[in-house]
Amino acid sequence: MNGSPFWMLWPESPALSIFVLAIVGLVFLYAARKPMHELLRAVGALLGGPLRLGARWMVTTAQQMKERNRAVLLAHGRHEAGQRIEREFERLGAVVRRDLQGYPTLQRKLLDEITRIEEDYKKCGEVPPPPPDWVEAVTAMANVKTGGSEMVQKILEEIKSSIAKIHDKAIGEYRRSYETRHKILEGFMPFWRSVDRNIAEVNKKLGDLQESAKGVDGLMSKYEAINAKTDKAEHALTVSAFTQFAIALLVMAVAAGGAFINFKLIALPMSEMVGAGDYLTASLRTSEVAALVIIFVEASMGLFLMEALRITHLFPRIATLNDTLRRRMMWIALVLLVTLAGVEAALALMRDMLIADKQALIQSLATVQQAAQADGWVSRIPTAGQMLLGFILPFALAFIAIPLESLIHSSRTVGGVLLAALVSTLAIVLRVLGNVARRMSRVLITLYDVVIVLPLLVERLTKAGMAMRHSAVDADDSAHQAR
Amino acid sequence: MTKRLFLLCLALLGAGFSAGCGDSRSHAQAVYVLIDTSGTYAQEAAKAQVIINYLLGTLQPGDSLAVARVESRSFTEKDIVAKATFDARPSQANAQKRAFREATDRFLKNVKQSRYTDITGGLLQGAEFLNETGAGTKTIVVFSDMQEELDKITIRQVPMNLKRIRVVAVNVVKLSTDNIDPRRYFGRLEAWQKRVVAAGASEWRVINDLERLDAIFSRT
Repeated sequence: MNGSPFWMLWPESPALSIFVLAIVGLVFLYAARKPMHELLRAVGALLGGPLRLGARWMVTTAQQMKERNRAVLLAHGRHEAGQRIEREFERLGAVVRRDLQGYPTLQRKLLDEITRIEEDYKKCGEVPPPPPDWVEAVTAMANVKTGGSEMVQKILEEIKSSIAKIHDKAIGEYRRSYETRHKILEGFMPFWRSVDRNIAEVNKKLGDLQESAKGVDGLMSKYEAINAKTDKAEHALTVSAFTQFAIALLVMAVAAGGAFINFKLIALPMSEMVGAGDYLTASLRTSEVAALVIIFVEASMGLFLMEALRITHLFPRIATLNDTLRRRMMWIALVLLVTLAGVEAALALMRDMLIADKQALIQSLATVQQAAQADGWVSRIPTAGQMLLGFILPFALAFIAIPLESLIHSSRTVGGVLLAALVSTLAIVLRVLGNVARRMSRVLITLYDVVIVLPLLVERLTKAGMAMRHSAVDADDSAHQAR
Repeated sequence: MTKRLFLLCLALLGAGFSAGCGDSRSHAQAVYVLIDTSGTYAQEAAKAQVIINYLLGTLQPGDSLAVARVESRSFTEKDIVAKATFDARPSQANAQKRAFREATDRFLKNVKQSRYTDITGGLLQGAEFLNETGAGTKTIVVFSDMQEELDKITIRQVPMNLKRIRVVAVNVVKLSTDNIDPRRYFGRLEAWQKRVVAAGASEWRVINDLERLDAIFSRT
């Protein structure tokens, strides 16, 4: 071996070797052109076909999932809207019973007041009798000419004084009459006020009723939209589910924080009950597991309490219990919860005592003795705080049931939508990959032809020459035949 | 849906518990402290209180601790000054620790010098004690200058079994001869290391700064 590569035909002349090999290679590639093209096409189809098939299957699956999600979402929405309408009607019924059952009494009261006002009004209309007929006689007498007669003069003066007296009396009667009527009118005021008040009350109640009716109308429209399976209703329900999911998740995160604090409160004192030396795993003590179990039991009791109160509906069996059993269950859950809260408060106190004991021990072991802390009421605040927290946190944890229910219900929609989106994305990716595989085979075929462009050129020229020769021969033959 | 979720949670809980309950290893620690009371080292014995206090503050309920003196012949239970396996309840464990401290205090205030130093006997006794506790982590703390001196009739050329036991030499003070020739000091420590490792000890360490004890006893 002289060190030159094995493919060198003439080691002393590499260029010639490469040229000859290139020619041989081109000839070989040209000869293998058709099968190679078929091979590349087959590989493209082999890769692209299943990918496109997979993409189509995924599109169908995504569509089915969307339809299923839609059906579930609408059914859930219908159920919820139905329940809300039912509750609204119950509320409306209660409002009608409460507010409108007093209507006959109110109506009677109003009628009485109006009748009285009418009577009083009529009384106001009674005017004093008109002046007597003798006024006309006096007028006639006044027109009598005295003619300077003293007697007539005297008679007239007497008549005048009599008339003045009578006039004063009539004026007095009129005044008294108007005074009486004014008093009657003054007596109207309380009745008017009462009527006004009653009418305002009726207006307010009717307004409330109208508002409630508007609410029911809105819910009914929503229910109708859901029943009609409109896109708008579906979109609204999906958005609502996402919002509920986010809120429930947030509340659950807060509750998890509370549970963690709760765990910290009772983990140490639990070691006093179940021992601190037992481990379930390398880093998980039995006392810690016991504390977790207590927290889970509290959460479960809270769940049962909420179920028994019909606030949540996670367990259909509890929801369908009769009222007596349900009430018993509620009391049992509440008593257990209160007991556990009491236990936690005691454990929190014990935790404080254990920590204080440990601190005292460490202090006694320390080479440098620390100054003793004052044992005043201030030092008792953390203890009281811990006990209070220990008592309150179980009740706070009991309310996890509400966001949990929301989370579970909305996660069906959210999970379904996300899964459908994932499947759709995968379908697109598979479709793109399938197309890439097919196009790649075409690109490779073209590249192959580019590599063997020289033999192809020769082939084209040869074919063209042959075609020209054939046409020349055909022309000669035609000329001979013509001759 | 809810039922499925419940079953899933139940299955996960069951799986968790079955996995957890499978761990039967002991997570307790056991520490055997040997305090050299021979010759001039007896003056150092008071420092041992620091180690004991540290251990009392660090060890958890369920752990074991024993303090023994190194005398002319130390392979005997009589040399154990105080020993205790702390109760699983933290309050009881604290009470035990207080009693333990009082016992070691009394001993350290009235240390009697011994003529010879039988470290090997102490190690044998310590290994026996530690193996009996069945603890997961076993440690012998030797508070000594590691200069063994035996009388003529005491035989300590016996095979030791220190399997899965850590041996920590603490406060290994230099002797006046070590100051003349440091090779003696290093040679002594090297000889002990070889001997301890040959006996199957899981670890050999020398700590002269008592502030660094937490590197050994901190739980992982």
